[in-house]
Amino acid sequence: MATMTAEPSGIPVREEHHPQPFIRKYIFSTDHKIIGIQFLFTTLFFLMIGGLLAVMLRFQLGFPGEAMPGGSILPETMAPGGIILPEFYISLVTMHGTFMVFFAIMPLLVGVYANYLIPIEIGTHDMAFPRLNMISFWLFLISGLMMLSSFWVVGGASRSGWTQYAPLSANPDASGVFTGQILWCLSIAVFGFSSLLGSINYITTIVNQRAQGMTWFRLPLVIWALFITAILGLLAVPVLTAAVIMLLFDQTIGTTFFLPGGGGQPLLWQHLFWFFGHPEVYILILPAMGFVSEIISNGSRKPIFGYKSMVFAIMAIAFLGFIVWGHHMFQSGMNPRLGMSFMVTTLIIAVPSAIKVFNWMATMWGGAIKFTTPMLFAVGFVMLFTIGGLSGIFMAANPVDIYIHDTYFIVAHIHYVLFGGSLFAIFGAIYFWFPKMFGRMINETAGKIHFALTFILFNLVFFPMHGLGMEGMMRRIYDTSRYTHLSDVQDTNTMISIAAFGLFASGLYFGVLFFWSLFKGKPAPDNPWEANTLEWTLPSPPKHGNWEQLPTVYHGPYEYSHPDMDRDWLLQNERPDIVSPAHEVTIRKGEA
Amino acid sequence: MDWSLPLNISTQGVQIDNLFWLIFWLTAVAFVLVEVGVLWFLWRYRAREGHRARYTHGHLGAEIVWTAVPALTMIFLGIYSGRIWAGIKSPDSFPKDALTINVTAKQFEWNVTYPGADHVLGNDDDFTIRNRFEIPAHQPVVVNLESEDVIHSFFIPELRVKQDAVPGKVIPIWFEATQAGDFQIACAELCGLGHYSMRASVVIHEPEDYERWYNEQTGAAQTAAAD
Repeated sequence: MATMTAEPSGIPVREEHHPQPFIRKYIFSTDHKIIGIQFLFTTLFFLMIGGLLAVMLRFQLGFPGEAMPGGSILPETMAPGGIILPEFYISLVTMHGTFMVFFAIMPLLVGVYANYLIPIEIGTHDMAFPRLNMISFWLFLISGLMMLSSFWVVGGASRSGWTQYAPLSANPDASGVFTGQILWCLSIAVFGFSSLLGSINYITTIVNQRAQGMTWFRLPLVIWALFITAILGLLAVPVLTAAVIMLLFDQTIGTTFFLPGGGGQPLLWQHLFWFFGHPEVYILILPAMGFVSEIISNGSRKPIFGYKSMVFAIMAIAFLGFIVWGHHMFQSGMNPRLGMSFMVTTLIIAVPSAIKVFNWMATMWGGAIKFTTPMLFAVGFVMLFTIGGLSGIFMAANPVDIYIHDTYFIVAHIHYVLFGGSLFAIFGAIYFWFPKMFGRMINETAGKIHFALTFILFNLVFFPMHGLGMEGMMRRIYDTSRYTHLSDVQDTNTMISIAAFGLFASGLYFGVLFFWSLFKGKPAPDNPWEANTLEWTLPSPPKHGNWEQLPTVYHGPYEYSHPDMDRDWLLQNERPDIVSPAHEVTIRKGEA
Repeated sequence: MDWSLPLNISTQGVQIDNLFWLIFWLTAVAFVLVEVGVLWFLWRYRAREGHRARYTHGHLGAEIVWTAVPALTMIFLGIYSGRIWAGIKSPDSFPKDALTINVTAKQFEWNVTYPGADHVLGNDDDFTIRNRFEIPAHQPVVVNLESEDVIHSFFIPELRVKQDAVPGKVIPIWFEATQAGDFQIACAELCGLGHYSMRASVVIHEPEDYERWYNEQTGAAQTAAAD
């Protein structure tokens, strides 16, 4: 076991690195990098589950009433003879949203990359609370498996939508689900504790353990994004945890927080849920914006344009994110005057988002752009997030929202933001940091094929949904043929479903590529992308404890194409006056 | 699917549709600007031999421009939308001479209650019809929306009307149809197993036809009460 002593700064450091037994090194690990990788494997599994649920629900929408190929292995209570039942369809919709939001996108952004990147980008040995970090992962895994298990209990998984609107969620007689509904609440409560432990850890580490010279305005933007995200998580997620415990009490011990029969208020659930839920939306996008900032600056070989305005935009989004939750409730029966104020804050939040998009474009302007796979995904993010941001303006304008609320317009919007936005950035991040994490490269051509397939199929699936929303097609309906106003949407739905199957297949292709590269990828150099941040000064993969001696930082993370330099990058721990062109060779030797 | 909004038959729908298309054109400009810009930069500034990226950290003037332009657009949009919203939703906007009807949602049906012969809701001669909503055109209608069990949402696409029905609350909405025809109420909020087929027919009559229908119904209701 490694011994712990304290440096003068009070930060514990591992002095020796005896080999650890397998179970301590890879299973119950306290190393932030291993925990990040544990999160990565777990969340990729949950991402696949979420995708599989989407494939099933798209089958019903594309081919209503037909037997799903291979569906006959499902039990009678879900799909007798492979034909999906309406109640199972609602479970699919509910669990697709739940898995993607809570167990795929959020932990992919935060669980994986906050853990992996914070210590090695700010220059420290590990997280402030390594054991809390380990507990956070194990609680997360338990909560995810609890949620998954609800498919196999009597009555099946929750059927109240991922937003769990009461009284449907609070009253088992209304939804027809008892055990699955309780499991939903318990799982999210455990998830809430996991997220809370993570947030405390990230905030403490960033505040206290930055390397010498790593001032706040020399932090990489991804660290800024993860820091603000952790604050959002700290303030918003406990509200959800409290709310699901109240919901659990309504379901089981007869309280009536959300049931009007006993004096409760159904709208209280919506206020609590969205008070969490809207900051959650930014938890799901800010780290993605951080990845994109790193990758676009690196791929353009140019300093990020407007670093400080990027930081202030993150702060503005986070602050405004707490006062826009009511825009989910324009048609809920809330006082219409509140609708006015929520519309104003919601429209204003478009401004910092626009600033970020323009800054990314200005970063590319005048650059020397390399078309690497991470860069393609980052540029894909900018193009698709823009569509998601602009479609958000339609629903922010509350008179228009009267018509498009709860239609496929909203479904299109959320997928442009969460898939075209967050997931594209996540793919970019996986390709970008894979060499550091595993010491191997992912084949560039294979990665570009993945990008092309995902980009084309994503647009084929989700762009036509705007049109379905304009037709007035409601969310979460099992069968469009029941409605006269939806008489001509079936062909579009069939086309979308076929494209969705292709999109899922491109995800499986990525899975194969990922695992193949783990074992067969070309060995990665320390700094394959010629990037500037501190993790690229470490070997690939870095050792437990990261640094023998902590680095000193001399400047910001985006000094690409510095005029005093021959090469077009400058690591944060290099001084340009020392690493001048004439001295470069000797300095490089010294580094090694 | 033809990328258009369906037929609109309400007075407030005109404003909603106009706002929709206004936002469409504003966002279309931003969309083209960003997407074409990104593609152009990708091509124009691709890495080439002997070409080095510009070393610049930003430009205050540019930041101010792309903060101010979206901000002003959003303020304009906020004021414009706010007026329309108030005209539809604020309590002052409700017409005085409206026909008032109660609609109560429950899993998975719409119960529509009309005033009886005395034209006043809330007494014994009211009559209730299941899954059938009949109203006159060219006259404002106020619907008091309630729910017996879970949240439903009262959605008539052609009238551009959508409002959640929340148990424990009575939520009034109003609209005015501009033409007669047959349509549907759809439930737009997930309400359980039968959500996908929770619909009711909507019959909008010319005023004189409505009068005839209403008199038949009240007559029938009185006869039924007498039995």
